[in-house]
Amino acid sequence: MEQGRSVSMSLTPSPAALDALRRKVRALETQDRVTRAVLPFGVPPLDARLPGGGLAMGALHEVAGGADEALYGATAARFAAGVLARAQGEVLWCRRQADLFAPSLAQAGLPPERVIFADAGDEAGVLAAMEEGLRWPGLAGVIGEVGKLSMTASRRLQLAAEKSGQIAIAVRRWRRIADAADLGQPTAAETRWRVSPLPSSPLPPSVPGVGRPRWFLELLRCKAGDAFDIELEACDAKGHLRLPAPLAHRPVGPYAGQGRAVA
Amino acid sequence: MNLAAAKTGLRFGQAVAHATALVPGLLLHDLDAEGDNAALQRLALWAQRLYSPTVAADPPDGLVIDATGCAHLFGGEEKMLIDLRRRLAKAGYAATVAIADSWGGAHALARYSRRSLFVVPPGGLGVQLKDLPVAALRLPPETVQALAKPGFDTIGELEATAKGPLVHRFGLQPVRRLDQAHGREREPIEPVFSPETPRAAKIFAEPIGAPETIARYLTELTVELCATLEALTLGAKTIDAWFYRVDHRVEGARISLSTPARDARRLAKLLCEKLEKVDPGFGVDKMVLAAPRAAPLAYSQDDVLGGRRVADLSGLIDTLRVRLGAEAVYRLASAESDIPERSVRKAPAAETPAAFSWPVDWPRPTRFFPRPEPIETVALLPDQPPASFTWRGVRRRVRRADGPERVFGEWWKADAELARSRDYFQVEDEGGERYWIYRDGDGEDAATGSQRWFMAGVFG
Repeated sequence: MEQGRSVSMSLTPSPAALDALRRKVRALETQDRVTRAVLPFGVPPLDARLPGGGLAMGALHEVAGGADEALYGATAARFAAGVLARAQGEVLWCRRQADLFAPSLAQAGLPPERVIFADAGDEAGVLAAMEEGLRWPGLAGVIGEVGKLSMTASRRLQLAAEKSGQIAIAVRRWRRIADAADLGQPTAAETRWRVSPLPSSPLPPSVPGVGRPRWFLELLRCKAGDAFDIELEACDAKGHLRLPAPLAHRPVGPYAGQGRAVA
Repeated sequence: MNLAAAKTGLRFGQAVAHATALVPGLLLHDLDAEGDNAALQRLALWAQRLYSPTVAADPPDGLVIDATGCAHLFGGEEKMLIDLRRRLAKAGYAATVAIADSWGGAHALARYSRRSLFVVPPGGLGVQLKDLPVAALRLPPETVQALAKPGFDTIGELEATAKGPLVHRFGLQPVRRLDQAHGREREPIEPVFSPETPRAAKIFAEPIGAPETIARYLTELTVELCATLEALTLGAKTIDAWFYRVDHRVEGARISLSTPARDARRLAKLLCEKLEKVDPGFGVDKMVLAAPRAAPLAYSQDDVLGGRRVADLSGLIDTLRVRLGAEAVYRLASAESDIPERSVRKAPAAETPAAFSWPVDWPRPTRFFPRPEPIETVALLPDQPPASFTWRGVRRRVRRADGPERVFGEWWKADAELARSRDYFQVEDEGGERYWIYRDGDGEDAATGSQRWFMAGVFG
């Protein structure tokens, strides 16, 4: 009775075997990387939920702005500047539109002596300049402002970043709000962030003026990690983010199992 | 012959006995042909640095410059010629200059037109050449004399004659020079190289045309050039590549480096990127690579005490400059001005700008619009920010605001700015978007500005 034979096996392998397998897969995935270091944000609830405890170096990351910011990319650019301000070395900033205001970069921790700008005529030129920059050792990282980012293009950037250990950040920016749906398309980037402005930190009632800017930071996609969102105060003159004061002493939502990323 | 001699009516080619008879007490010097030639070569090198990569001596008394695509750097052809003459006069040379479609035409007009500065519009050469003497055609004196016997005195007469009998009687040269002068036959200008210019050349028995082959030999030549540079302990700042085509045209390519370099692999890569703009035509039979500007390499010492080592990014900067254009790679440094759009200047990428001096405490937007966009506002008091504003068709209520930051016009730059001022405000709408807006004027006095509101930028 060959036909009636059924195969039964245990579907619960030992945790040790699974762990070993995970380690093996991770080693295979990252074997040609120079560094597996991370750049922590210095904000515990944020770092705790990122694999390795920070933003991976030697990888491509995507940042976009929410709502109208998809057009201006101001929050996304400042977020990217804040990340690279905390890394060592110079930064190559590739772009098509020359509307970035250098004094504000200096206020986010990137003074003129740390930024080289490269203006390209089209998006292909921006991507090519980014890739060229990623090949050079000694840069802290490369930021490129692009709208479309195909799987192939992002894969090339990711590979180049893996080889040199630099941080590559694609600031996604579109000409029309409708095009911003492009952010849903798959890319080879390690993480994908969305930064939207929130009303600034409140000042005492009698004090006029604008408080420290706040952001709503969403991690939309993360290799070997989970998506989450968090409310933060925008980066300061050294590129550091901060938890808003009322939240600083309690965790935001459940984030038990810190640092135990599922690969 | 100097100016005073020319005024007495002496001419070139006169017999010495005749000249001394005409002008008693004439001071005679032996002709120093070699010295003149050497001076001319030096002058050509000088002009090469200033005007165009393709400059050659045109002995015995001239220079020829291929000004194709160079004149706009001086604001036009006429301005370029004026500049050239002014600089030559400063160096003690009286010069007549002409610019035309062909070497032969410019040569003739500069020497025989009786105008010290002549700009011939494209296509207008034939009319101008018509009345010039045959001698203007760069022919040997014997040929000119031979042509004079049957009555050919001007270029126009020669041009009107059937070419066949002309070739039959006087040889190929007069017709060829005629064609060259009218721009019908191209004449390559072989640029000068100073003897100390490091260079490498290769002549091919069979012309090469495939881009890969050209790239391969270019790489070989780069290695050779770098060996020469190494022997001289120099690095190249500029490298020119010349491709001599079989049809007597010369194609050129130039790379400029931010710091002196002699890394053959890197230089070859940069040169090969330029190859796509070089048209090899029917083939290239000679290639020359030269480094007209070279300087000692800058050595840097590693900090043994564990300090942070500054990475050398000149290679990256050069690659991007070659690919995107020299203007497209830069740093943004601070400039001494309170007016936001004037507070940023472009600085070369290879240099480290001085410590920055932008205000740290004043809010500055991440995105700054090069052209401020007018907005409609509801503002209550002159010193208060608007209560709401409409930008790009969307009305936004101002929830919080900071300001004003008053910026005054720079009266030392323009009189019109004397009374002008602007008030900048940082405003935040209900959604938390933060904008930088300003009012042109102080809100009260019409002399300070139009009192209209503008969107200046978006904060991150």
